[in-house]
Amino acid sequence: MKALGKVFKYGDNVNTDVIIPARYLNSFDPRELAAHCMEDIDKDFVNKVQPGDIIVGGKNFGCGSSREHAPLAIKTCGVSCVIAKSFARIFYRNSINIGFPILECEEAAEDIDEGNEIEIDYTTGIIYNKTKNKHYQAQPFPPFLQKMIELDGLVNYVNSKKKEAQ
Amino acid sequence: MAMTMTQKILAAHAGLKEVTAGQLIEAKLDIVMANDITGPMAKPIFEEMGSKVFDKDKVVIVPDHFTPAKDIKSAENAKAMKEFACEQCLTHYYEIGRVGIEHALLPEKGIVVAGECIIGADSHTCTYGALGAFSTGVGSTDIAAGMAIGELWFKVPSAIKFNLVGKLSPHVSGKDVILHIIGMIGVDGALYKSMEFVGEGVSSLTMDDRFTICNMAIEAGGKNGIFIVDDLARAYMQEHSVKTYTEYTPDEDAVYDEEYTIDLSAIRPTIAFPHLPGNAKTIDEVRAMEPIKIDQVVIGSCTNGRMNDMREAAAILKGHKVADHVRVMVIPATQKIYLQCITEGLAEIFIESGCTFNTPSCGPCMGGHMGVLAAGEKCVSTTNRNFVGRMGHVDSKVYLASPAVAAASAIKGVIACVEDI
Repeated sequence: MKALGKVFKYGDNVNTDVIIPARYLNSFDPRELAAHCMEDIDKDFVNKVQPGDIIVGGKNFGCGSSREHAPLAIKTCGVSCVIAKSFARIFYRNSINIGFPILECEEAAEDIDEGNEIEIDYTTGIIYNKTKNKHYQAQPFPPFLQKMIELDGLVNYVNSKKKEAQ
Repeated sequence: MAMTMTQKILAAHAGLKEVTAGQLIEAKLDIVMANDITGPMAKPIFEEMGSKVFDKDKVVIVPDHFTPAKDIKSAENAKAMKEFACEQCLTHYYEIGRVGIEHALLPEKGIVVAGECIIGADSHTCTYGALGAFSTGVGSTDIAAGMAIGELWFKVPSAIKFNLVGKLSPHVSGKDVILHIIGMIGVDGALYKSMEFVGEGVSSLTMDDRFTICNMAIEAGGKNGIFIVDDLARAYMQEHSVKTYTEYTPDEDAVYDEEYTIDLSAIRPTIAFPHLPGNAKTIDEVRAMEPIKIDQVVIGSCTNGRMNDMREAAAILKGHKVADHVRVMVIPATQKIYLQCITEGLAEIFIESGCTFNTPSCGPCMGGHMGVLAAGEKCVSTTNRNFVGRMGHVDSKVYLASPAVAAASAIKGVIACVEDI
């Protein structure tokens, strides 16, 4: 499983209120949410983003509320992955749960610049910066989460567990 | 192996003798809660996993965010939750007129007690740690899984210990304590970790102070906040709940990543400036600046909409008028608190001084309704977040503060404290 795309870079503490402002939370339609993704910190994001593009953030990406609408909005925009120095824990869980891979890698998050072209190999955790011809090693998922990602999220994971129990 | 309070609760719910930080476990859940924003999203996910909730007494639905419905879409979402609660015969569903803000309502109704393992599809679910429970916020998929099977995977957190000593000064409260702590450790200072509150200073804090402190553990990135259980917590649970509870204390040699001693007597009224809860300044630092003229004050929310918060604000507002250019929204967190405000004469004080006095709701906290900010407006709010655009326009500003600072600021029209009146 690989991703390839151009980078949108943001700073520390990108919070769920700017990823998808609460004024749009009267809907959980993924396309409606995606239309307002990142609106309060980057008005043009939704017009610029292309399928496969990658978001790079600093520390504590996704902090704030428990709204799963946030990773869902990013995923539905066509973004293939978020790389950050660290993630807020609810955002991290929510992303994995909807089958949206996110990678923690301080070195990559520091070195990658806006517009760089990035290739990610999820199985090895290797992030390749094509623009700078540099490699970074991301923390690979623990086996437990690897399985959940393979099954495309928590729903299938729970269903497979129920089948096992029968 | 020595364990923290949180680790002991998680071990007990995972059927293990002991757990260590970083371990992945599956734990049984005592309460699974969702609201009118996260619940509607969870419903179709739940339906992919099952047809009946694991326990109708343990799944709780609280429509509190965009209620009373602020628009048609919100009304549809609330309706979907009502129908879900009906289909599933849920014991704990609360309609408008009986509902309150989830994190004030659940302890008040005795639904959550010490020693339990609780998840809620709302980040401020960490509030119930004030009672000595493990309680954390999750998203809609997690909550759907929790509703279906009554268990969930967790990574066992390490912890930071806050040893509280001394006693708070008058007009200083739990809000000042937690804003001070977040200012000190930063908005990711407790990322993935438990914040455990212990020490002789705990007994001087009211339950409302403790709820406020645990409520904002998430604003430091914490997985949960938790207090040791003392006589006051026991009395609270005995008064509000019929459930049996279990007390856990940290082992004396439990390992903590960091330890802080917080002298409560040294805490000053503290305000978090835009746009992070960690941008904390004391009132003394604020006074040294140019006065900050405000447009709105909000007194309420899951952080500060409890009875002591109402009493504190009313005591300061009594006999005064809200500044001409300021509007004040007072929003008690539950119907019980709302009624008590009326019987104690607080409602009259609020209205006489020029405040609105509103029905329980999360309301303006997340820019939903009942006080959304316009471009350029500044608001002193007893809520929990001041991110860009949190309470309305992207160019508005939110200053987080205690009910005392909020009430004093309402009178003065600038950020102020009781000493300024």
